[in-house]
Amino acid sequence: MSKRVMLIEDEPNIIEAISFILSREGLSVETHSDGTTANDKLRASTPDLLILDVMLPGKSGYDILRELREEAGTAELPVLMLTARGQTRDREMAERAGVSAFMTKPFSNAEMLDQVRALMAETS
Amino acid sequence: MARDTLTGSRIRERRIILGMKQAELARRVDISASYLNLIEHNRRRIGGKLLLDLAEILGVEPSVLTEGAEATLIGALREAALREAEAGAELDRLDEFAGRFPGWARLLAESRARIDTLERSVEALTDRLAHDPHLADALHEMLSTVTSIRSTASILAEPGEIDPDWQRRFHRNIYEDSARLAESSRSLASYLEAEGKAAAESGTPQEEVDALFEAAQYHIAPLDAGEGADAVAEDLGHELSPIARALLRRAFRRYAEDAALMPLDKVLEAVVVTGTDPLALARRFGTDPARAMRRLATLPADAPCGSVGLAICDASGVFTFRKPLPDFPIPRFGADCPLWPLFAALSRPMSVLSRVLQSAGRQSGAVTAMAFAQPSGPPQVNREPVFEAHMMIAPAGPRSSEIPEDVGITCRICPRAACPARREPSLLGDGLAQGF
Repeated sequence: MSKRVMLIEDEPNIIEAISFILSREGLSVETHSDGTTANDKLRASTPDLLILDVMLPGKSGYDILRELREEAGTAELPVLMLTARGQTRDREMAERAGVSAFMTKPFSNAEMLDQVRALMAETS
Repeated sequence: MARDTLTGSRIRERRIILGMKQAELARRVDISASYLNLIEHNRRRIGGKLLLDLAEILGVEPSVLTEGAEATLIGALREAALREAEAGAELDRLDEFAGRFPGWARLLAESRARIDTLERSVEALTDRLAHDPHLADALHEMLSTVTSIRSTASILAEPGEIDPDWQRRFHRNIYEDSARLAESSRSLASYLEAEGKAAAESGTPQEEVDALFEAAQYHIAPLDAGEGADAVAEDLGHELSPIARALLRRAFRRYAEDAALMPLDKVLEAVVVTGTDPLALARRFGTDPARAMRRLATLPADAPCGSVGLAICDASGVFTFRKPLPDFPIPRFGADCPLWPLFAALSRPMSVLSRVLQSAGRQSGAVTAMAFAQPSGPPQVNREPVFEAHMMIAPAGPRSSEIPEDVGITCRICPRAACPARREPSLLGDGLAQGF
């Protein structure tokens, strides 16, 4: 059974591109674009890896991350965070919230795949 | 030593610069070398023909010998020295320095002035970058679009077959994203180009109103002439956004009310006596200090009491009116210094707080700040009052003997170390290490 990745991102074309790349890697990809329902979706169906944008409608990626770290089922879930803001302060905020890896937009597909593979390897 | 007693020193310095012996100069002006020696050591005053002869031979204007370097140059050097006090510049030898090395002195003064200008630019730009939501959104939009294009283009450029359906979708996505990027780039460029234009083109509604007041030099003559506030707002604010027009109407109604209770001609007469003291002015008109501050800040530019600055904020600290002074800028986005008495006044309503302030690390004069907070509306049963604070700022003339308190403009460019009110690290010096 293929490993599952949940992608929470609000840019439809980024969703399509990332979904395509990950599917081609043999991963099963579930996508959502709304921040407010993200934690419910994660509770209902916890993936093997979460790729999470920071700026989402309704709820920020930081808040989603903090919340999921407080729940037993997702406390250890690998989370790759994507952001258009790459300042040290943003990186520190992500780290404090419990991020596993952090990528600044725009990133290359190869960089993202490397991160995904590394995080998947840690869990297997 | 007073500047005008240094004529002899200047003669000596000039002679040495020219490589002329004392005896030779003395011979050429027909005096003894010993007498010239006394003059050069400021032990004999000179004037008249002897001064003119010496100046001619030394190739300078007589005033350069009697007055030394220009007063403005001396002033600029003094400020530069005080600004960097730790460098230990010899303040008591300023005249000597400016007189002996006028070129270097000018270079130093001009460099100091240039640093000041650049610091102001940094302040304005960091203020904007840190707090401008429009700019942050625009950059986020651009980076997201670029990410999408990069990722999609990379998929299409990779070797190997892609399903034709996916290929079509990716081509369409790139086309859409490139159009979006072009639009957002254009929008961002126009926004940045509008920096120097009216805020109406790009800023928040409050900025639009601020810009209108600034363009009018904070004096709205038709309101002082008794014209209706709404009509004047409609006339002057017809290019503003609808929200800004609403803010302008509110501001003009208050202005008109102030003008009716404190007519311009009577205020202009009063300030000859009261100067910029808002308490004295308020007493004369039987009104509150806040209204007096607003009237002082909106007098014509040639009012006999001089110009004052004013900041008004609501209970959350957001500015609803801002009139900065050259020596005391007020940031546009409310990222100002928590040490300002404006904010202390909110916790001590109905008391007038008076302080002499100096902007930390700036080459500027001290200002007197008077702050006052009061409820912004009439009392209501079982309702907490909502306070509003005013802070009037004026050059600290009469009270300049007080030691000014150092305050900042915004934390980002404030050099104050270990400040208990610091909100974020300073960009200056080792500010990043200060308490963060």
